[in-house]
Amino acid sequence: MSAPLLEMRGITKTFPGVKALSDVHLSVRPGEIHAICGENGAGKSTLMKVLSGVHPHGSYDGEILFEGEPMAFKDIRASERHGIVIIHQELALVPYLSIAENIFLGNEQTRRGFIDWNDTLRRASALLKRVGLREKPQTPVSDIGVGKQQLVEIAKALSKEVKLLILDEPTAALNDDDSAKLLDLIVELRGQGIACIIISHKLNEIRQITDTVTILRDGRTIESLTVRQAPSDEARLSEDRIIRGMVGRDLDHRFPDRTPYEGADAGELALAVSGWTVRHPVDHQRTVVDDVSLTVRRGEIVGIAGLMGAGRTELAMSVFGRSYGQYVAGTVAVNGRPVVTKTVPAAVDAGIAYVTEDRKRYGLNLIDNINRNVSLASLPGMRRRGAGGFSGFGGFVGFVGFVDEHHERQVSERYRKSMNIKAPTVFEQVGRLSGGNQQKVVLSKWIHADPEVLILDEPTRGIDVGAKYEIYTVIDKLAAQGKAVLFISSELPELLGMCDRIYTMAEGRLTGEVTRAEATQEVLMRHMTKTRSKS
Amino acid sequence: MTTTTTPPRDSSSAPRPAARSAGALLIESMRANMRQYGMLIALAFIVVLFQIWTDGTLLLPNNVSNLIQQNGYILILAIGMMIVIIAGHIDLSVGSLVAFVGAMSAVMMVKHDMPWVLALVLSLLIGAVAGAWQGFFIAYVGIPSFIVTLAGMLLFRGLTQIVLEGQSLAPFPDGFQNIAKGFIPEMGPYTQYHNPTLLLGLATIAFLLFREWRDRKRQLAFELDVLPTGLWVAKCVAMTAAVVAFTLTLASFHGVPVVMLIMCGLLIALGYVMRNAVVGRHVYALGGNKAAAKLSGVKDKRVTFLVFVNMGVLAALAGCVYAARLNAGTPQAGLNFELEAIAASFIGGASMSGGVGTVMGAVIGGLVLGVLNNGMSLVGIGTDYQQVIKGLVLLAAVGFDVWNKRKVGR
Repeated sequence: MSAPLLEMRGITKTFPGVKALSDVHLSVRPGEIHAICGENGAGKSTLMKVLSGVHPHGSYDGEILFEGEPMAFKDIRASERHGIVIIHQELALVPYLSIAENIFLGNEQTRRGFIDWNDTLRRASALLKRVGLREKPQTPVSDIGVGKQQLVEIAKALSKEVKLLILDEPTAALNDDDSAKLLDLIVELRGQGIACIIISHKLNEIRQITDTVTILRDGRTIESLTVRQAPSDEARLSEDRIIRGMVGRDLDHRFPDRTPYEGADAGELALAVSGWTVRHPVDHQRTVVDDVSLTVRRGEIVGIAGLMGAGRTELAMSVFGRSYGQYVAGTVAVNGRPVVTKTVPAAVDAGIAYVTEDRKRYGLNLIDNINRNVSLASLPGMRRRGAGGFSGFGGFVGFVGFVDEHHERQVSERYRKSMNIKAPTVFEQVGRLSGGNQQKVVLSKWIHADPEVLILDEPTRGIDVGAKYEIYTVIDKLAAQGKAVLFISSELPELLGMCDRIYTMAEGRLTGEVTRAEATQEVLMRHMTKTRSKS
Repeated sequence: MTTTTTPPRDSSSAPRPAARSAGALLIESMRANMRQYGMLIALAFIVVLFQIWTDGTLLLPNNVSNLIQQNGYILILAIGMMIVIIAGHIDLSVGSLVAFVGAMSAVMMVKHDMPWVLALVLSLLIGAVAGAWQGFFIAYVGIPSFIVTLAGMLLFRGLTQIVLEGQSLAPFPDGFQNIAKGFIPEMGPYTQYHNPTLLLGLATIAFLLFREWRDRKRQLAFELDVLPTGLWVAKCVAMTAAVVAFTLTLASFHGVPVVMLIMCGLLIALGYVMRNAVVGRHVYALGGNKAAAKLSGVKDKRVTFLVFVNMGVLAALAGCVYAARLNAGTPQAGLNFELEAIAASFIGGASMSGGVGTVMGAVIGGLVLGVLNNGMSLVGIGTDYQQVIKGLVLLAAVGFDVWNKRKVGR
């Protein structure tokens, strides 16, 4: 076997109070696709930051050998000079600059100190061709979708003569189609001799394209497993085997058994949306949600499946206080009573909660602590409703609108424990928590608001397997207590595992309704791709 | 101590919180309020430094009174500015508004012989309307606060000159002047000390100790972590000692200045609102993440509007205090006050991006600047050097914060 392209030996990195990495080893062969797996907080991102020079040489122990030479990167530019390029989960593109300008940002093509536009555009087009992106290099990045932006990032990496490409959760924000294209591209780059490290939670993708998997747990290397001997081989490693390495035991059930709701009002309609129609907020000609009618019963978990752009989030957000788009028509009823949900407070008052798909942007105040994030949605509503059901800790807002801090802290402490949020106290800043724990904070916030209907939008996005199971358990518990849950997800196995019924959406319309018994991935996919005939 | 819930699925994974010792708890709460503690220590340091440098003049009773009266209006502005900055905005117009309200109060009292109480109420109302005007454009029209208040800065300055026709108006009635220059009246037998001040001091100590005791009792009742008894007692003793020293200092001169009473009232009321009122929490949430706050049911427009109304009223109050101190309404009043107030907020722990800061922090920041001003004047440093030094202090304070955050790591 050839000498490794990259060797990281005995990497130990401590932050004040936390040992993020201890004695981690990683060995990447030339021209292979190497996956790094592990739960959130296992140290994957930290390891990549050490490798790319974000954490400079000297701030960690251990050594890095690249092409046999010891390396001591003091910043990202130093690692990039050697051909190690990292693409972060949150893309680092400037939206108002063109594709070409973004590709050569910090590496401008100049002649006598001024930008040579001809050269820039020519080289940009060549790079775009290489990544298979058919856009003009002058197009502003804000005009193209996330999937294409990802390709621009890769083109940018190629422009730096990359030898080792690091991708952090590259497909997390992409739909299946764009994901597939991206994975194909990575395989193609392997053919051109570019090695690649992928951090991913999507085990099927790992099986599909990688050659080796290294598993981290609690900041340590657990094992390196061979997925396939040669690029053309079939994968020999099962997903369950990878999961076992990640969580340290076998995961028999990926979903909890559903607990039925046995209240007297079981089966009564909790949420009924009918004729819901919404137009695009800017382009009023475009109908984004078209005449959607759906129902959720008490104690029921109902899924909404659909591809990216099917209008699922748009539907949910416009029902939740018309937070999206321009409302055209439609009615909402909660527990049989028609309600007007013109504003978010009105929707919350009516008993609807919406847990966003983008927790960092729309779900959390990252600079504040767990305590205040958990209480936020309950501050105005507690007097009216009082908390029953799952939360059951009572309100902490007095009758004149002042918060009882001790009670508030007691409530959030209990959520920290019952939801198993991994933080020493509720005064931990939310921005410092891992994705799964952040999601638990958002869920706590809305559970404590004690809604009748919970709309969960991609509640397990970017979360590791173990935390996912915990979230599923919480969802099951909510349903068992008689809440109605509307579950939006792009992961079909998750919908199949959790939902009683599944609606499918395509192009803003409902295209199908499938019961748990009838549902398979194939059936759902067929409904999800039912597009209007182009006449 | 907390009982750590063991993750049901895998007890070996993830860093578990260790059982916490008293020291860890202390450090934790220190870290969370690093900037404020840091500034409190810096304030103490500056006080000690000038106390030595001025051979004890700084903390002489008459100078302490003077210090409070000199800085009252800046502290009032800083409190309002802090709330504006927490909400993620800025207000550049307060200096001009101070001048405008001062001018209006002068017109009402000097030209029209209005009773001073009525004039004061009307002045505060003018401030509220000015704040509502700016708040309307910022919250409901959506013009950035920087622009709206920059416009306000020009607008109110211009209006001041129009109202005053370029002249100063004086003098004010004694009652009005007392707001800035007066003390609470002496009562009872001669004791060498100012009696009502002693009583106020006692009341403050009683209140602080009662609150500490009640908080602790409730925290124990809710099974929350509390400071160990020894530390808690030490904290109470230290607080009492500080209040006693301060009370005796003031009581051996003319007693508590009226402006200090106003200041403390604002500090307690707005401090409580920002910490415990729903609207205060909403201000933090808006400044921290506006989109998330809106989706959590925060009425963003109304909250923003109220923040600016509040700032307007406080600017008006500062305007009255300043006019009363000068004993004149002048066109050049309040020049650069907005910058002093903004500097005080940032020294006191505000963040440029909003969502962080406390009312107490604004007062500490204002006092740092105030003690610097006063101390440097006492030792005879010229205003030229004073500005240079204040600039460096602002830079150092925020620099320390940035450095501290980086050290803690993200």
